[in-house]
Amino acid sequence: MDLTVIANNFKFLIVQGLIGIGPFIGGTLRLAIPAIILGFVLGIFIGLARLASAAWIRIPATIYVEFFRGVPLVMVIFWIWFVIPQLLRRPIPEYGVALTAFVIFEAAYFGEIVRAGVQSVSRGQVEAATALGMTATKTMAHVVLPQALKNMVPSLVTQMIVLFKDTSLASIIGYVDLTKAAQIVNNREIKPFELYLFIAVVYWLCTYSMSRVARRFERRAA
Amino acid sequence: MNYTFKWSVLWSGQSGAWLLQGLITTLELSALAWLIAVALGILSGALRTVPFPPLRWLATFYVEFFRNVPLLVWMFFWYFGVTPLLPRGAQDWLFNHGLEFWAGTIALGVYHGARMSEVIRSGISAIPRTQFEASLAMGLTTLQAYRLVILPVALRLIVPPGTSESLNLLKNSSVALTISVAELTFQTRQIETYTAKAIEAFTAGTLIYLVLCLSISTIMARVERHYAIPGLISRAQAG
Repeated sequence: MDLTVIANNFKFLIVQGLIGIGPFIGGTLRLAIPAIILGFVLGIFIGLARLASAAWIRIPATIYVEFFRGVPLVMVIFWIWFVIPQLLRRPIPEYGVALTAFVIFEAAYFGEIVRAGVQSVSRGQVEAATALGMTATKTMAHVVLPQALKNMVPSLVTQMIVLFKDTSLASIIGYVDLTKAAQIVNNREIKPFELYLFIAVVYWLCTYSMSRVARRFERRAA
Repeated sequence: MNYTFKWSVLWSGQSGAWLLQGLITTLELSALAWLIAVALGILSGALRTVPFPPLRWLATFYVEFFRNVPLLVWMFFWYFGVTPLLPRGAQDWLFNHGLEFWAGTIALGVYHGARMSEVIRSGISAIPRTQFEASLAMGLTTLQAYRLVILPVALRLIVPPGTSESLNLLKNSSVALTISVAELTFQTRQIETYTAKAIEAFTAGTLIYLVLCLSISTIMARVERHYAIPGLISRAQAG
């Protein structure tokens, strides 16, 4: 074990790779945070669409979810990386490709969580809101979604952790995230054991603290 | 938009053979990794319940550390990081027998073992202790209680999340292309490189994954319904 390689490249790995400040357009956090927010927003629409009574809304949403849950993320990244530039006849930057792929892909998973969350709210709540004269939209916004959100928290956090880990796949198309930063350093230093173990610990610290925060939040919300 | 489709690239030349080889490698990689994952999942799940703290800590460390780090990092770690530390003889053997494939199998299996462990643990802990106590009170031995009461229910509880976890493993096997294992996604990419027909190549790969995943989940849903105990697991009827 030679830890000097970590100490010498600490700034590059963390500031450039994890956070995304430096000569390259990159950063795990700069990709993960927008991807989580946008993926969840799209996921809410997809989850609600799957519960719609109108078939022309429900069926496309179901196909969307089943399609993306049956395909590896790497494949989705390649679709966007190779196919969209051919169709548009101009290159798309890695950041745009990665963000698009993650949002589209993870929205299918977030959609399933939203659907399960909404279904977990008992029917009596909807009936009571209707009896009080609330419209369907008001019932959804003021009665069902707030309760559903509380039930969703554990699986939402699990999915956010999955997405955070998945952002490492953006390094395949050359986006300089934490994994790519470690690869760049390794090409120069040839210390794979130390470097990959180090970024494993960094990833672990991020995901583990996410799950700790979630556990605390759950206890307070309960 | 100005793209001329040429679907014949998929069956002319070597494309067909590449896709088939890729599919076989994906299945081999996933099957071996699945065996490792299930074995490690059961072992670590069992170790987390033993009354000897160090073994419990070891199992908890394994599960919490391995499942919270990206699979891609584990691929690089096992392939680039661990291989050079192996004894000379083992290295030579691996170089002659597809090092990438074995590193990919270990990475995929050890990563999913940690996730499988959680699936198995939650299945077993979902069964109330009173079931076990009631079995003993009825005069069953411990072995009989496990064989006739606990395991039949636990297995039924584990099948649905276990299936989706196994499908995750199958899909995640595509990450092995980063260490140049010639699996399905790798071969799809190769067809794209040789023919410059991205849409055709990725459509073929995507369809193969979709057919694999949907057929496995359809079969497992049927198995689940067939073995469902009426009134015991309502999810089986609802899902």
